[in-house]
Parts: sequence; structure tokens; C-alpha cells
Amino acid sequence: MAELSRRRLLGGGAAVLGAAGIGAAGVGTGLGYAATREPEPTGGRTVAFHGVHQAGIDTDPQAFAAFVALDLRPGLDRRALVGIMKVWAEDGRRLAGGSPALGDTEPELALDPARLTVTVGFGPAVFDAAGLEAQRPEWLRPLPAFSIDRLEERWSGGDLLLQVCADDPVTVSHATRTLAKSVRSLATVRWIQRGFRNAVGTKPTGTTMRNLMGQVDGTVNPAAGSTDFDRQVWNPGAPAWLAGGTSLVLRRIRMELDTWDELDRPARELAVGRDLAAGAPLTGSREHDDPDFAATDVHGIPVIPPESHVARARPRNANEQFLRRGYNYDDPDGAGLLFAAYQADVDAQFVPVQQRLAEHDALNPWITPVGSAVFAVPPGFGPGGYPGDTLFEG
Amino acid sequence: MKKTLFLAAAAAATLLAAGCSSDEPAAASADSLTVSSAWAKAAESGMTGAFAELENTGDTDIHIVSAASPSSARTEIHEMAAGDGGAMVMREKADGLVIPAHSTHSLAPGNDHLMLMDLVEPVLPGTEVTFELTFEDGSTTEFTAQVRDFSGAQENYQPSAGAGANHGG
Repeated sequence: MAELSRRRLLGGGAAVLGAAGIGAAGVGTGLGYAATREPEPTGGRTVAFHGVHQAGIDTDPQAFAAFVALDLRPGLDRRALVGIMKVWAEDGRRLAGGSPALGDTEPELALDPARLTVTVGFGPAVFDAAGLEAQRPEWLRPLPAFSIDRLEERWSGGDLLLQVCADDPVTVSHATRTLAKSVRSLATVRWIQRGFRNAVGTKPTGTTMRNLMGQVDGTVNPAAGSTDFDRQVWNPGAPAWLAGGTSLVLRRIRMELDTWDELDRPARELAVGRDLAAGAPLTGSREHDDPDFAATDVHGIPVIPPESHVARARPRNANEQFLRRGYNYDDPDGAGLLFAAYQADVDAQFVPVQQRLAEHDALNPWITPVGSAVFAVPPGFGPGGYPGDTLFEG
Repeated sequence: MKKTLFLAAAAAATLLAAGCSSDEPAAASADSLTVSSAWAKAAESGMTGAFAELENTGDTDIHIVSAASPSSARTEIHEMAAGDGGAMVMREKADGLVIPAHSTHSLAPGNDHLMLMDLVEPVLPGTEVTFELTFEDGSTTEFTAQVRDFSGAQENYQPSAGAGANHGG
């Protein structure tokens, strides 16, 4: 109530300012900003923590993300794993709702959830530790080695994954540290990869992101809640405990921006197969126009080069589709994309596309995978549950 | 003049309140205490602390005289206080805890807390420790505290042992 009345007061104040602005304009100063109302703070926005699916996958992507891989300490058993999950279920729920975690040492940093989501994933070792090897999905293993890979151990693998996303980087930082340190006697942080998109309010909601090469990135994505999304992303129950879950392939793709700079705009557009301004296929004019791979110019040359990124990435069958929900990164190691792909089955959906791109993609000279990890993402859970309860208690 | 009126009104209210409570049987303390956000610090052995929000929703003060837990041979109610050398130390709160009517008391690191003095087995993150609080009127209440790793709550337990004796686990 106090919050509401404060907002009302602020609203009233803004209205008064607005009126003053009109007056000012009337006397000919024309200062447009005087009539502009300060936007409502967005820190209080929340995303439901409990549900059929874990949040943070079909959630409209937040501005900031941290992907955190943890390794189980040696000798951990199923009981310890369940303990980690119960701590994360409790504190994830609290933090997503804007409340401090239990024993939160910086409770003030928990008060702006800013659409915080916490998504938990399992690496291959979870199934060994739990004595549930038979329940491990067949595709849950390192991806096959691709010729373009230059993988570094420090960005690869991991026994557990925490994906923490919010529209505020302070919220992401606090939640990440709180969740990791509350179980530090059981699991240690292996790597943290932080990413960003446009800040809230910079562009209209739903705008496809741009990567740091300047390309519109993620145009061909299923819409949350659509039948395409359900089919591509949510596991139908193979194995049974994973029904409503999914998989995450996280690839750290370094961009060779210094050599990319040597490429002029037309050459960049031919490498991608899309124009850079709108992200439209070279045969179209708008971002979501379907590419026409058969179209040729007056000399009979394909308008979209067959070796361009869009041509090589194009699904060859209905299976080869998945959700991309990536984030840019830019740190002392360089810049690039945290390529995050979610699919019901890694081997059937992701691997064939990556294989084809590794064999040939006009973009390859400027993109280098330096990290790779695969996780099974258990389904959502209710107030009494925790990530993986269908596995550990099934 | 105003002051006198105010005092008179306050006195009348007190009398009314007293009159009400004497007409009805007093509610058991256990019925008026709400425990929330309970958690305990993970430990392999020895001692460890537990913390919670204790809300007295009733019209009368609640006096917690003792605490017990199946996870520990002995459980104490502790407070933080200035020791002989002036440093803050924790020590048993001999008279227990009083939670005034319609107020919330935080058991928190660096403040009053419950102390499991002699763990019977390791308490690991994500597991639950059960506590039973006994009130002066003989009623009791149970609650569970979820365990997590925590670096704080390392108060010096024995003031005479000097600054080096950390017993917080």
C-alpha cells in the first residue's frame, strides 16, 4: 500500500511537471523534456518461479544473464544433491519474489527482483553421483568435436548449471553469489559467464537482439507458448522424468572483431545472407521475410550465397530447429556471444546444424567456439518441490 | 492540560484491555507465536547456530524459556553481549527470550540466536533441523530450519579464551 501511494504521489508530481511543461512551451521555449514523465521503476517486476516449466526459457529474455557452472565435491551422494536443489528452490523462490534469501548477508540487494529467473541444469556427473546412470538422457555428454572448435577448459563442462537472468545486473550479481555460496561445502564454482542485451527501455519489448558483430541475431525463433515452441523446446518425456524439461547447449563463441573490421558492409552481408540494417534476408526487405534460397541475380548467381550463414543454418528437416536465447559478452578476453540453445533433444536438433556450420559457414573465419557445455534442464516444480524432484524421487 | 487528558485516556485504555483479558482464558503462548524464515548454519560437528523471525501475534508477552532439537544433545538460547574486554561475545541467555505482544523478534547472526551445542550428526545444506521451543506457560511449538552454508555467525563464545576462539563452526 505504501508503495502504491508513493507511486500515486510521484504520478501526481509528474502531472504537475507536465502542466508546467505545457506552459513553458506556450511561451515559446519549446523544451520537450519538461513534459516527459519519468518512467515507473521496473525493479519490482517479477516472473513466476513455480510452474510446469522452469522460468528463464520461455521468459521474454531479460537484459542481463549469468551462466554459472558448478562442480560437485568428490563423494557427494543423492542426498547431498537433493540438499543443493532444496536450497536453490527456497532461495530462488524468495529472490524471484523480491525477498531476501535465508541468511541473506546483503538483504537490501534482494529487494528489486527485476524479472529475476533462476534456472537449474544438470551435467552428466549428477547421474553418477545420484546412482541414477540409467536415467541420464543419451544426448547428455560433451558435443562431438567440431573442426572450428578451440575449446578451453575454463569455459567448458560442469556438473550443475545455474542460469540467472534479470533486467538489472546488481540483481543478477547478488542472486548468483547468494545461490552459489549457500551450498559451497557441496559444490564449487567452475566458471561464470556473464552476458548482456539491450537495457530495458532502450528498444521496444520483443525486438530481436543484435550481437556485437552488429547482426540481428535470433530472428528464426519459435514464439513462447506456440505449438512450435512446445515441440522444439519441451522434452516430451524421454526419459520420463524430463517431461516438461529441456536441454541447454551453451557455446561461448568468440568474435574476431579486429578482422571482421576489415570486411566492408556488402561483404559482411554476403557472409551472413542478411542485410545488416533490418536483418532482412538478402531476398527480402523485412526481418521476418522468408529467405528465398532459389532466387538468382541477372548472372544466375544465388542472391543468398549457399555458403552464407543463413543458408548453412537453414533446417534441412523439421527436427533441426531450437530456441536461441543468447547474450553478448565483452570482457578482457574479448567479445562474443554466449550462444544458448534450448531443445528437447540435443542430438536430433542441435548437433546436425552445428555439424553443417562447422563444415562450412562463410562466417567461420570470424567466429571461434572457445567454450562448450551441455545440461539437462529438469521440468518446473511447485511450492513443495525442487529442481529434479521427478528424477531423484521418481 | 492536553498532557493530562492524554494520560487519562491511556490509563482508561489499559484498564479496558486488562478487563478484557481477565474475562477470557489466556491464549497459550504457542498459539500466538509465528516462526518464519528459519534456517541453520551447516556444520560437520560441534556447535552451530540457528536463526528465525519470531512474531508474537498475541496481546500478551511471550516468554521462551528453553529450546531443544533432536539434532543436538543440548540446545541453548544465546545473546550477544559485551564481554570483559569490551568485544562482543555470545553467551547463554539465562532467562530465555521475551517477545513483547504484537512484535517480531529476529534471531540473527550477531544477535540473539539458538545454539545447537553438541551436534549428534553433521547438518548439511538443504536438510532440515527440527526445533521445539518451550514457553513459560508450559506450551510448546515446533518448527524446522533449512540448513545452508554460511560464513558468518562465528562469535567468540568464551570471552576468557581471548580473540582467537571461534566456535561458530
